[in-house]
Amino acid sequence: MADAAITVEGAEKRYGDKKALDGLDLRVARGTVHGVLGPNGAGKTTLVRVLSTLLRPDGGRIEVAGHDVVREAYAVRLRIGLLGQHAALDEELGGRQNLELFGRLHHLGAKRARARAGELLERFGLSDTGRKAVRQYSGGMRRRLDLAASLITEPEVLFLDEPTTGLDPRGRAEVWDSVRSLVGGGTTVLLTTQYLEEADQLADRISVVDAGRVIAEGTADELKAETGGDRIDVVLRDAGQLGAAVALLPLTGVTADVDRRLLSAPVTDRMEALSGVVRALQEAGIEAEDVALRRPTLDEVFLHLTGDDRSVKETA
Amino acid sequence: MTAYALTDSWTMTRRELARWGRQPVQLAVNLVFPVMLLLMFGYLVGGGRGVSGAYRDYLVPGMLALTMAFGLEGTMIAVTRDLDKGVIDRFRSMPMANGAVLVGRSAADMLQSVLTLAVLIGVGAALGWRAHGGPAAFLGAVGLLLLLRFAMLWIGIHLALVAGKPEMVQAVQILVWPIGFLSNALATPDSMPGWLGTVVEWNPMSHTATAVRHLFGVPGAESGHVAPAVLWPLALLAVFFPLAVRRFGRLSR
Ligand SMILES: Nc1ncnc2c1ncn2[C@@H]1O[C@H](COP(=O)(O)OP(=O)(O)O)[C@@H](O)[C@H]1O
Ligand SMILES: [Mg+2]
Repeated sequence: MADAAITVEGAEKRYGDKKALDGLDLRVARGTVHGVLGPNGAGKTTLVRVLSTLLRPDGGRIEVAGHDVVREAYAVRLRIGLLGQHAALDEELGGRQNLELFGRLHHLGAKRARARAGELLERFGLSDTGRKAVRQYSGGMRRRLDLAASLITEPEVLFLDEPTTGLDPRGRAEVWDSVRSLVGGGTTVLLTTQYLEEADQLADRISVVDAGRVIAEGTADELKAETGGDRIDVVLRDAGQLGAAVALLPLTGVTADVDRRLLSAPVTDRMEALSGVVRALQEAGIEAEDVALRRPTLDEVFLHLTGDDRSVKETA
Repeated sequence: MTAYALTDSWTMTRRELARWGRQPVQLAVNLVFPVMLLLMFGYLVGGGRGVSGAYRDYLVPGMLALTMAFGLEGTMIAVTRDLDKGVIDRFRSMPMANGAVLVGRSAADMLQSVLTLAVLIGVGAALGWRAHGGPAAFLGAVGLLLLLRFAMLWIGIHLALVAGKPEMVQAVQILVWPIGFLSNALATPDSMPGWLGTVVEWNPMSHTATAVRHLFGVPGAESGHVAPAVLWPLALLAVFFPLAVRRFGRLSR
């Protein structure tokens, strides 16, 4: 497929007996943002390291920007940017010094490296702090500088490995804004995350990864639909009435959460479910604090897909 | 790729120089520490067991060799720190000459070692110590010292790549110090128990120290140690240089 920026077929990577990648397949169209969603240990970082030529796969066909990551690693490196799971910066140098260093190593030459560093600092709102040692940066600033460093040459393909893990909500918003501003420039972005919301916000398509393989793929809406679509949440005033409510509500597959006085169930016809629930509660004289329709959370999507009890984190 | 080997190596060296500019105090501490050792052993501890003649003449070359050997630690710390910070990953994901990371490291460390030698020799001279062998012998001695440092540098890089984590540096430090002191840097092997004296005579550092003493014209310094002082570091390099390079390539395993 000519318009694929990333093609992964049956990627394998073993650490001893442990299969970090176990026949993983992936195809990312040029100019799109692709989310790789999965819990800790799913193999996301391993995948990113293989794609960015840092790690040699044990098997599979893996091409980035039209070049094989093993045989044509140099050609791949010319065309990619990498934001690793942990900041990859020189902590003692200033922000500007870091960007100039990476610019020179991209062979921009001294003058263009300096100009590019200035541009990027400006674009990521770091101009004022360019002289400070990176050690003194906040988490969000560090991540933005790291992102700037991965964009020195306006790469064809950009890898972002959990770009917002460990950031506070403000830092996360900053990084999201930066990523959004990249899209449209023609860059293909592969982004790994543990948060559905992040994939939802940024990605065109999502691959759900578990134990080194892709267990589901699609748009956020498709994935949620696969899980059974929307859900209805009913919060009662009195937790003692939960049992009675479960018995009389016109719903199936109801789960109850006593602490939150909450009943939750999947629905197919939204309006019918909503009016049915309200009517049933009124007739039985059970008081509800809240009745709401909502999309499934990633926890629910993930539980549905894997059928086990590991959960994926949910952003607040 | 290879076309950029020189430029990239120079860029990586400049990175280290920029770090010095950012941390002048750290650099100063690194330069002053050997001086403190020299003063401690020269004046406070009052060593020199088995040394005939002025202890200072004996001690200064020993301290120069010891400092070069201990450079291993500095190299190892710097490399593990880069590995730990992930910055080496960024270098490896860029279209730069692969070896430049290691070449830059060695160039910067050698430069720092030249500075260290200059400071230490300067302080020695201020204390009244003199080299008596003439300029050519003096340069030869400096060459032997830097050769020892260069060998230690590649051992340091290799150990750092094997250890991977900064915490491991401490374990190596615990080993390096006794090895450093199990040499004739501070006292002659004759003054030690038999087996210890044998170890000390075998220690590559002892050859460098004795050869340097000889070239500096220290009375009583044997003359036969220049060849081993060249061959030992070369032998260590022949082992550890390829090991380190291979290990660096294997970061992708
Ligand atoms: N260097 C390594 N040595 C041994 N096992 C590893 C190594 N790196 C990752 N793994 C294992 O491979 C699996 C996938 O890890 P990783 O790719 O880091 O997952 P994720 O990024 O999704 O959290 C995990 O089980 C992890 O323990
Ligand atoms: Mg990870």
